[in-house]
Amino acid sequence: MKRPPRRRRPQRIQLVRIAHARSGDKGDTANIGLIALKPEYYPLLEKQVTAARVARHFKGTVKGKVERFELPNLNALNFLLHGALGEGGTLSLKTDAQGKVFSTALLRMEIPVPRDLDVR
Amino acid sequence: MSTNRPIRIASGQGFWGDWLEAPVRQVTGGPIDYLMMDYLAEVTMSIMQKQRSRDPALGYAKDFVPLMGQLLPEIVARGVRVTANAGGVNPLACAEAVLTCAREQGLAGKVRVALVTGDDIMSRLDELTEQGHELHNMETGEPLSLVRDLIQSANVYLGAWPIVQALKRGGDIVITGRVTDTGLALAPMIHSFGWRKDDWPKMAAGTVAGHIIECGAQCTGGNCLVNWERIPRMDDPGYPIVEVSPDGTFVVTKHEGTGGRVSVASITEQLLYEMGDPKSYITPDCIADFTTIKLKQLGRDRVGVSGVTGGAATDSLKVSISYSWGYKAVGTLVYAWPDALKKARKADRILRERLRRLDLDFDEILTEMVGVNATHGRLAGPVSPDIPEVQLRVAVRARDRAPVERFSREIAPLILNGPPSVTGFASGRPKVEEIIAYWPALIPKSVIEAKVEIMRA
Repeated sequence: MKRPPRRRRPQRIQLVRIAHARSGDKGDTANIGLIALKPEYYPLLEKQVTAARVARHFKGTVKGKVERFELPNLNALNFLLHGALGEGGTLSLKTDAQGKVFSTALLRMEIPVPRDLDVR
Repeated sequence: MSTNRPIRIASGQGFWGDWLEAPVRQVTGGPIDYLMMDYLAEVTMSIMQKQRSRDPALGYAKDFVPLMGQLLPEIVARGVRVTANAGGVNPLACAEAVLTCAREQGLAGKVRVALVTGDDIMSRLDELTEQGHELHNMETGEPLSLVRDLIQSANVYLGAWPIVQALKRGGDIVITGRVTDTGLALAPMIHSFGWRKDDWPKMAAGTVAGHIIECGAQCTGGNCLVNWERIPRMDDPGYPIVEVSPDGTFVVTKHEGTGGRVSVASITEQLLYEMGDPKSYITPDCIADFTTIKLKQLGRDRVGVSGVTGGAATDSLKVSISYSWGYKAVGTLVYAWPDALKKARKADRILRERLRRLDLDFDEILTEMVGVNATHGRLAGPVSPDIPEVQLRVAVRARDRAPVERFSREIAPLILNGPPSVTGFASGRPKVEEIIAYWPALIPKSVIEAKVEIMRA
């Protein structure tokens, strides 16, 4: 992997500082809508929060594949996490059987952002 | 019949069990034309089915009747019309109960209840399978014959059009069985503006409006993460209202003087809730595209929605079939400092060893440590060894009732014969619950016929 020049080395921040989210369920699939807190953050989400990275983030929790859909009109991404809810719906034994807080679990993810990015 | 002025559709209930005050406040808190109420989650239908099997007069959202009793005089005086899927698996009984209520209020001759049925295909299942509609599971592809003897209910999701018929024929209170949540909101728009069936962008716009308001306050500040501590007066949240124009654009708002917040952030969160492929939100009425939606904050607690596009509806309807799967139970105990987590883990190991020796056949045993890993799993990271308390939560699932019943008796003994500093068992033995599972399938629209009946008080 090519390293960027040292002086522009990015900082790593948690998604919670640049995004908000809501999650829900469809059977054994959890969905997470990830939304940029400001429109200028959206390209960062699109570039950094790939389906593969989200799958790695939830490794061990999500049994199936992770799909990503883009909604640039809403500065948002939608993720489908298949096999995430312990069989889903009424069968699931989990506290979060309906995937309601997968949203904030995703917001723990760290991504590299430019040093000069204006964040809270 | 059609109008050129915008209509106001208010959402009064996001699920069966939502805030009882909400519909009352929606009707009395300011002008609205329609009150839509969604009562039916998937699990609700099977609960209602069970209630009806015990008492043929039950099987619908019981709360709806006293609520209408309270609201009918206001609804009649203000000319508000209601669309609600409160009928569950027994819409006729629900309609009759509402009519009785209306008569008791002296509103005979003033209230027309429209009953929408045809969604319940339970009695037609064998006929339909014989005709070649195998109702394969949409997710697994398995044939329905696998669970045929275990089926509890089978309902088609009807869309907006039967409700449009009900409104056209003069129904003031439209009571349905299983219809889509979005259809409850789209139907008043079609009826008021005379939209054509194949005007797909408008069908999609109304569907998006329905999707935004179908979960009640979840789009007006409830469950909203952005500046959540500063959302005003959540003790009295305004439930959503859409002001829809004849061209299909709409504004999401709430009554003046109510708490909560309608913002681009609160609406965006709700738009993405339970979303699959955002270009293809399939309902009986259209396929809505969420990737062209434009949101604009027009003022305080007013968000404009435009740009919705959509395509032709499919030839199928979704069927939700519920069947008995087995049983489950959840047991919890709370362990206190010092070594709270260690004690809880030890108790879990002891419990599992005892269950193993009993040689019980469980499909799954799940242990979670509430306060440690129940919501975010390993992503939560390590906790302080000094953590003040941990709740041990053990859940089991089995096809047979007996092992789950036995599990429910293995929790309490740990209070006296397990690790120390344990409490939090006041509510007694874990309850054994029946698991009703879902079997989603598709069926051609051509074999389903919705029926509309007008009943007068």
